[in-house]
Amino acid sequence: MKVWLPALLRLAVLVLLVVFITSPNWFEPLLRPLTENGAPAIYNQGSLLALTLQHLRTVLVATLAATIVAVALAILVTRPAGAEFLPLSRSLVNIGQTFPPVAVLALAVPAVGFGEKPTLIALFLYGLLPIFENALTALTTLPGNVMEAARGAGMTGWQRLMKVELPLSAPVILGGIRLSVVISLATATIGSTVAAKTLGEVIIAGLISNNLAFVLQGGLIVAALAVLIYDGLSAIERYAARRMGQGTE
Amino acid sequence: MTLRFDKLGVVIAAIVAYAALAAPFATFRANRIVPGQARPVLEALPPALGVLLLAIVMAGAIIALLRTPLVLRLAASVVALVALVVLIGVAGSFLTPAGNTFARVAPASGFWLLIFAFTLLLADVLTRLNLSPWARVGVLVVAALAIAALLVSGSWDSLSILKEYASRADSFWAETSKHLTLALGSLAGAVVVGIPLGILCHRVENLRAGVLNVLNIIQTIPSIALFGLLIAPLGWIAVHVPGAAAIGIRGIGTAPAFVALFLYSLLPVVANTVVGLAGVPRAANDAARGMGMTDRQRLFDVEFPLAFPVILTGIRIVLVQNIGLATIAALIGGGGFGVFVFQGVGQTAMDLVLLGALPTVALAFAAAIVLDAVIEMTANKRRVVETA
Repeated sequence: MKVWLPALLRLAVLVLLVVFITSPNWFEPLLRPLTENGAPAIYNQGSLLALTLQHLRTVLVATLAATIVAVALAILVTRPAGAEFLPLSRSLVNIGQTFPPVAVLALAVPAVGFGEKPTLIALFLYGLLPIFENALTALTTLPGNVMEAARGAGMTGWQRLMKVELPLSAPVILGGIRLSVVISLATATIGSTVAAKTLGEVIIAGLISNNLAFVLQGGLIVAALAVLIYDGLSAIERYAARRMGQGTE
Repeated sequence: MTLRFDKLGVVIAAIVAYAALAAPFATFRANRIVPGQARPVLEALPPALGVLLLAIVMAGAIIALLRTPLVLRLAASVVALVALVVLIGVAGSFLTPAGNTFARVAPASGFWLLIFAFTLLLADVLTRLNLSPWARVGVLVVAALAIAALLVSGSWDSLSILKEYASRADSFWAETSKHLTLALGSLAGAVVVGIPLGILCHRVENLRAGVLNVLNIIQTIPSIALFGLLIAPLGWIAVHVPGAAAIGIRGIGTAPAFVALFLYSLLPVVANTVVGLAGVPRAANDAARGMGMTDRQRLFDVEFPLAFPVILTGIRIVLVQNIGLATIAALIGGGGFGVFVFQGVGQTAMDLVLLGALPTVALAFAAAIVLDAVIEMTANKRRVVETA
């Protein structure tokens, strides 16, 4: 019983989430007690489904870009030609993590204007750090005997990278991507303070009109998305780790 | 003679060349919200000083480009940074027409890029010097004092950010203290609650997964939603619990922000306490038991000191994260630097945004450096004890 209970719970969350964003009006009686003076209980300034999809798209685009840049950067600084940049890149990552997302968002506005772009920049910068850190850890802690064997088998640097180093590092890099996606899902809501179309719009509309039902539904959709995506990526990560475990035996 | 290039130097020199020659050094605006006119270095400064600045940054770029001794690179980056921060103030008074209080002069992209390039050079030198923790804190203190001296001397007074500050000096310091109260107070709360909770989770295995899962799920709730959701319960407490309103618990304002930050802070503190305690070598525990130490003695004299660096890492994460997150408190009337950021975004007055964002970034940065140094010191001490 213990084995399938978590899976069942996740399935229930997923079904509830899908039903809620496609037909939110069914839940109107549940959220009604949270509103005052006959205010609407379900967000009525746009479709929750469209906002959810836009939210996911923003996070996806930012994470994809961050993954490409972070992994490329980690590969660069772990090659002999880029070794000079390794210590500096480590300290830059540390410094970057201290920049608050609100500050990045607000400072990006004069450069790129209001809307989705500042949010993408903030999410991209924030997503870079965990992925880069994990990719760097993975690429610098590969087992020495495996690397020796690859060299001994006459593999070129490119072959070693593509066939040995990256596949072996994949689980740890995926862990970084998972962390970055979860942070981005929550951070994207702040993007709505600079007019990005995300679920933050629902929450902010609730804060402005003092409508708790809006705040709750916006917050819960994002939290449910984060939990489900986190679990999904963890499963992929375990699968990758298992495959790599078999591969090195 | 063959010249050898420094790879990072190539990047720095390229940025400097673009920033100094092609990008604007300062922006002049007739008032605080109209679009600005860009001014390159030679137009933003009196001719002699403009040429001097160009000479300094070009010399710095060449030093960065070639493989030069670290001391020379250090000197080049410091001289260039000092020249930049002093001369941007000069540009402010030079570009502002005498007696005009509406005109705004702000640093433009060229200035920021030059600062970025030479900070990169400085960061590279400092990384390669491999400074001790004390020395790093020392560098931070010197930098902070230099910035304070520039602020007090008034040489930046003609810049737009300080004009925004001048018109709201009182509220700036009030928000600063609110921001610090939020960030540090919630951290203190999380430490007081989180460390005992972590110890409990370490001892009682059945509790561990449940507590960590709940704390993990709290992290996934977006900050603006959590801040908002706490308004209702705290408002209810303020009305129904006698004395609650008297100690400042209200539905709107600092209280929900404080509780939200506290909740976000719990996970890193609890999780790191658990990890730290789990990492205590079994041999140390066995030896302590063999010496006849009670559970309590073992906790305070053996386990806790050994786990301390890991717990400190959790505290560092919380502090840096809280300083950033406290900006969101402004959305629910909780005050802090976020007030200026969101006002600035609302009025499209970027100088006002900077007035809120720069102190936040500086605080988070300083907190990270100081705590990293403390962590390294405690970890070193531990290593000395272990090898002794």
